[in-house]
Amino acid sequence: MNNSDTIFAVSSGSGMAGIAVIRMSGPKAGRLLVETAGSLPLPRLASVRQLRDPASQEIIDQALVLWMPGPNSATGEDVAEFHVHGSMAVVEAVFAVFRKYDGVRLAEAGEFTRRAFVNDRMDLVEAEGLGDLLLARTEAQRRMAVHHMLGHASSIYEQWRSEMIAILARLEAAIDFVDEHDVAEAALVGVRSRTADLIGCLSKAADESGRAGAVRSGVKVVFAGAPNVGKSSLLNLVAAREAAIVSSRPGTTRDVIEVSIVLGGVPVILTDTAGLRHDGEDEIENIGMLKAKSEVAGADIVVWVSSIDVQEEVRISALPALRVLNKADLLDEKSIRIWNDQASSPVLQISARTGEGIAGFVTELEKLVMARFGGMEHASVVRARQKSAVDESIQFLNDSLLHDVAHIEFAAECLRKACYSIARVTGRVDVEDLLAKIFSDFCIGK
Amino acid sequence: MRRKYDVIVIGGGHAGVEAASASARLGADTALVTHKFSTIGEMSCNPAIGGLGKGHLVREIDALDGLMGRVADQAGIQFRLLNRSKGPAVRGPRAQADRKLYRQAMQAEIRSQNHLTVVEAAVCGFLIEHGHVAGVTTETGEELRAGAVVLTTGTFLAGLIHIGERKIPAGRAGEPPAQGISEQLRVAGLQLGRLKTGTPARLDGRTIRWDGLEEQKGDDVPAPFSFLTPAISTPQVSCFITQTTAKTHELIANNIHRSPLYSGQIEGTGPRYCPSIEDKIHRFKDKSSHQIFLEPEGLDDPTVYPNGISTSLPEDVQKQFIWTIPGLENVSILRPGYAIEYDFVDPRELSHSLEVKALPGLFLAGQINGTTGYEEAAAQGLIAGLNAARKVAGQEAVSFDRAEGYLGVMVDDLVLRGVTEPYRMFTSRAEYRLSLRADNADQRLTPKGISLGLVGSHREKSFTGRMVVLAQARGLAEQLGLTSAAAAKLGLKVNQDGQRRSALDFMAMPEVGLERVAEIWPEIAALPEFAKEALFADSLYSGYAARQAADVVALRKEDQIQLPADMDYANLPSLSMEIRHKLMKVQPRTLGQASRIEGMTPAALACLLGYIKRQSLRKTA
Repeated sequence: MNNSDTIFAVSSGSGMAGIAVIRMSGPKAGRLLVETAGSLPLPRLASVRQLRDPASQEIIDQALVLWMPGPNSATGEDVAEFHVHGSMAVVEAVFAVFRKYDGVRLAEAGEFTRRAFVNDRMDLVEAEGLGDLLLARTEAQRRMAVHHMLGHASSIYEQWRSEMIAILARLEAAIDFVDEHDVAEAALVGVRSRTADLIGCLSKAADESGRAGAVRSGVKVVFAGAPNVGKSSLLNLVAAREAAIVSSRPGTTRDVIEVSIVLGGVPVILTDTAGLRHDGEDEIENIGMLKAKSEVAGADIVVWVSSIDVQEEVRISALPALRVLNKADLLDEKSIRIWNDQASSPVLQISARTGEGIAGFVTELEKLVMARFGGMEHASVVRARQKSAVDESIQFLNDSLLHDVAHIEFAAECLRKACYSIARVTGRVDVEDLLAKIFSDFCIGK
Repeated sequence: MRRKYDVIVIGGGHAGVEAASASARLGADTALVTHKFSTIGEMSCNPAIGGLGKGHLVREIDALDGLMGRVADQAGIQFRLLNRSKGPAVRGPRAQADRKLYRQAMQAEIRSQNHLTVVEAAVCGFLIEHGHVAGVTTETGEELRAGAVVLTTGTFLAGLIHIGERKIPAGRAGEPPAQGISEQLRVAGLQLGRLKTGTPARLDGRTIRWDGLEEQKGDDVPAPFSFLTPAISTPQVSCFITQTTAKTHELIANNIHRSPLYSGQIEGTGPRYCPSIEDKIHRFKDKSSHQIFLEPEGLDDPTVYPNGISTSLPEDVQKQFIWTIPGLENVSILRPGYAIEYDFVDPRELSHSLEVKALPGLFLAGQINGTTGYEEAAAQGLIAGLNAARKVAGQEAVSFDRAEGYLGVMVDDLVLRGVTEPYRMFTSRAEYRLSLRADNADQRLTPKGISLGLVGSHREKSFTGRMVVLAQARGLAEQLGLTSAAAAKLGLKVNQDGQRRSALDFMAMPEVGLERVAEIWPEIAALPEFAKEALFADSLYSGYAARQAADVVALRKEDQIQLPADMDYANLPSLSMEIRHKLMKVQPRTLGQASRIEGMTPAALACLLGYIKRQSLRKTA
């Protein structure tokens, strides 16, 4: 792949539509615009032009064209946009013209974003945010992705980094300017409490990251219980109500089936598992049960499904977030009371047969999802890469607090490492940043 | 006068003497060209050597058998080991020096150096033949030829002194500037810039009211700079501390328009860490007082250097504000302070051996490269002199990397990142600070110095002897030890884990320490002081040393990935214009160097790496 090529692609999605937006980026964008649309429009001003094939001068289409010269463009390169009528024939005709030029080719997946990154138009976090935004299916995912794409998350990282630099600058001032009495003394005031505050901020963000990550990839709700209690039926009923996307993995109920729904804007993956009992009939069932247990272990929310007429042989160690009693229609009030008294947490009664209680179940599940996974739109630590950098940073900050003034060089070393860990998420740390901070805070120079 | 040498060094300041000495130590026939022999080794600013980072540099120069440490030990009249209460990695030796003793000791070193001739002359330009520098021309029209030339002009290049509204072309107070050289460098295509520095008025100590001023004594037992100095024998004196008053601030604020710094008369950038008093008062308005250290310039010299009030205000204002300072009410001023502007060469024009890339055979060292400070200048002088002599002998250039020493950090910073203000050493610039200590400079550098032929036999013998003692001491400290139960009986707080710990382990534990270990084991107490301290430092930092060693491996790995010398950045895709320009300017030789260029992005590095990989694939295909 040659990065000096001029690239183009339909940016408005595939299929027939009123308008198709063809975007082009690279050194030849301006020339192609002139040769197909007649002349360069004013930068960033929409203009209506007839697009012609430069060879035959035949009119291809009437289009809206835009000219966004680099470096102040989305990719940092010269960018042209052609808003043509959205038929395959028009797009193909335009592409055929473009392809005739040397060094002009169809873009590969993600290539526009990569160029923006290479040209410093976005940092890593912003590029990841854009990726998430393009894949966002739910409202919560959209909000979270926008938070990252617009650089709001990056600026949180930058705030953390600059606070670390500010603290480190104070330690360094106390080391390097010890012969300027007043500087060294003043430098260490408040350093420990500022470090502790910063650890608090980072820890809160790190603690959220599991939940935020679940919003990004889908909250995993696992239905577990004994065989034949109606887990599959319950799942199908919920799926039918919520216009689910069913992505069942191959196999029978002995395997695992997943269904995606959206609750309160948050993507939720409902997972059905094989029923649990002591001894399976065969090897396949035993494997299914093993899988079921591992699904329960990896679940964000476990729903334990019981049934009036099934004896439970196996319990799971995790406390289920929701308990459901199926075939409740078969019970009289007295038996229900006995059931409720025995249960450690409230039990929702449903009937998969009559559909009774299903709406209530969905409401309860949505409440639970919102309580645990709502409000994550502004989380800044959402990916494993980000989480491990923040965790590392917290560890170094904690280490720095172990050292007193007599061992200040260790504390500084820890802070420096903490800084590097955070800087890796978006950019780099620089000793000049540090010196600038020292000299703006202290009057150095005796 | 002879007309041909192997190496010519221009300038007899701190960079010049180290360059000339290093070159001569390597056996190159060396000429030191300076205006006057009598100003060799002059301390033209404050009368002190060392400090944090700077003291580390002095120890490194000494480890390579340079002059500064030895000379400072003969001239030092107040020694203080800064950060004595903190860990060994951040301790920096510093000393007030008697200016006359310093000059005398330096001149004696120069006189006694074999292969070194001092030529009193003013250089006005270079001889350039086939693009190579082949010698110098003097103001009297003579040509001196050499295989390599080291230029160490300090503040003399187009120097311009400012005192208030008055401007005096000068190299330093009372000496003429060098004018023609700047022009020749510019014609050769080098990027020159303008920097500024300043110095305070000098005071007559006999007219200072000393009583009532806070006294600052030196250390009871002075710690010498040089590994060869057994003890300091110069008499020791005190410094005194006073401070500016509200009246001082008022006077300066009212006259700030008469400072060339504020009237726009000065174009050069000054150092942030050595601001003039008018700068301090202007920038830190909420600070009601600034400290001033009254430093004696010599044992039999009444001159006092008031450290902290460098200024370029007019003489009458200087007088008035100095008289508002406690103790200085009736002081007589020997000469006024001034600011000086001078040309410097963008150090990105240099390779790591300090040779000018566009003018082979020419090496630059000291303030001409945008640095400030005697120690920074001296360290560069040593590297430039070493490489000039090697060049003449047909040997490869040598450099020091960031893991070897502060001198490596400094040169790497200079040639890759350039400067925006006069560059001064700080320990915070050294990412491997915990291993680059003043106490182990000899262990880090003397072996390399020996193999380069830079270290004389006297030091080599002394070093080898020390290392034998140290190895035995380490063996002893590893062998002596206590089980956790035995340690508890002695009242040491250790985990009762049944483990045996060595004396070396115990001394690094904050709750035990070196002193307690020496009480427990008389054998340890009996070790020489340097060995005890070395063991303690190594033990204290051993955990971090392992981690830093891993970082160093990564650094050196990146520095082994070569970038082709003819790399065509202009046609390398995916680089932003800004980074492309920087790469073309610096011409890094390795990926590691490229990564340390200011403003470099991870994306650009990935692109460079990708390019190299494709090239090597193409070659093997």
